Amino acid sequence: MDSVFSNTLAAILTIGIISFLYKDNPLYKFCESLFIGVSAGYWFVQQYYANLLPKLFDNLGITRLLGAENVADGALQNLFVRGQWDENLLYLIAGILGVMMLLRLVPQIGWMSRWPMAFIVGSIAGLYFITYFQSNAMRQMQNTILPLNSFNNLVLIVGTVTGIIYFYFSKEHKGAFGGAARVGIYFLMVTFGASFGYTVMSRMSLLIGRLDFLFGTWLGLVK
Amino acid sequence: MRRQIPLVITFIVGSVLIISVFIPHKPFGRLGENFSVYFDIIAVFAFILGGGNLLRVHGNRIYRKHKDWPYSMVTVAGFLVMMIAGLFKIGGSPGITGDLTEPGSMFEELYMYVFTPLMATMFALLAFFVASASYRAFRAKNREATILLLAAFVILLGRTPFGVKLTSWLPGSLSFLEIPNLATWIMSVPNMAGQRAILIGIALGVIAMALRVILGVERTYLGADSD
Repeated sequence: MDSVFSNTLAAILTIGIISFLYKDNPLYKFCESLFIGVSAGYWFVQQYYANLLPKLFDNLGITRLLGAENVADGALQNLFVRGQWDENLLYLIAGILGVMMLLRLVPQIGWMSRWPMAFIVGSIAGLYFITYFQSNAMRQMQNTILPLNSFNNLVLIVGTVTGIIYFYFSKEHKGAFGGAARVGIYFLMVTFGASFGYTVMSRMSLLIGRLDFLFGTWLGLVK
Repeated sequence: MRRQIPLVITFIVGSVLIISVFIPHKPFGRLGENFSVYFDIIAVFAFILGGGNLLRVHGNRIYRKHKDWPYSMVTVAGFLVMMIAGLFKIGGSPGITGDLTEPGSMFEELYMYVFTPLMATMFALLAFFVASASYRAFRAKNREATILLLAAFVILLGRTPFGVKLTSWLPGSLSFLEIPNLATWIMSVPNMAGQRAILIGIALGVIAMALRVILGVERTYLGADSD
């Protein structure tokens, strides 16, 4: 695309989204609808090339069947051409489960989509069980076991312990336990405030980027 | 059968993935790796399902001339154009193994000049809503709100040139009170403590939920009994 045309297109779309600040209007609705469609298409294509093609089609040999020359033979070629069993053929199970997922669109046999759904839920449960246990629970606890030889270490330990106490709801927050929970709230408030500040800064830099594009790249007013 | 088989699948897949970490040998190690790849493949079909659903919902709106149906046409057109440009690599390297993001390809151009400006501006728009939200939130009504306000204020100021200038006159012995240094300290000490408490809390919740799912106690993902 010509750079003037493409920059003008990007500028119109940028102005279209910003126009929502005035009020909901047809240009904003157009841009919003376009964003939904384009982002769905973008992620669809990304998933196809990042996962479906290398992990299913390449392993099974479908890419080769479709005429790709710089790809090795897959399980189907090994089975039907050389008569050899290839354990990559097991990826067919994933393909079948994937197709079963699409049956959700057919109400009469929609229940079959529960099988792939169960696979996904089971995978997530198994993977998260380990990763959260290792990286979130154990690693964080390990990093909190610090010598009490500095003010910062003391603050870290007190903040973490009292924060966890706040999340413990099986005992009423009263007395010393309630006091510790209250200290925990203060630490959590600092965390939320810091996250809030960071979010504001990131959104602001995005806005500055868009304004820089409009007044610099597009209009050439800012050098 | 419609509910039992999915429960068995969940139990086997979840258990194998956990066991494969403790016994990384045949057959568990290999199964664990395979299941992760299976997950990625099935997840793609979930995206296909999402795309199909998008076409169905917006197709219905167009067919029934629902209110604002022309915008549904924009959504469908955007989806199809982006998908066709990517899948067929229009203007890019031909062939199934060609580079998807080759400069000059239609997919890359659409990404650069349509998708990126729309996404960046959509998120940038949140700056205004965050400003309006902060006006309401940043009122020191009580002690907790005051702490939140102070932390956010120091972090905001600490990342700007104005914040640097504001306290740059402080003598070296009080440099820890300079706003950028305060912001760094807040981020790395009290914020870190709060983050750790939250992370540990989340981890314990996720572990409990994962166990409930694997053991079949949690079954809501299967939908209603009548389905």
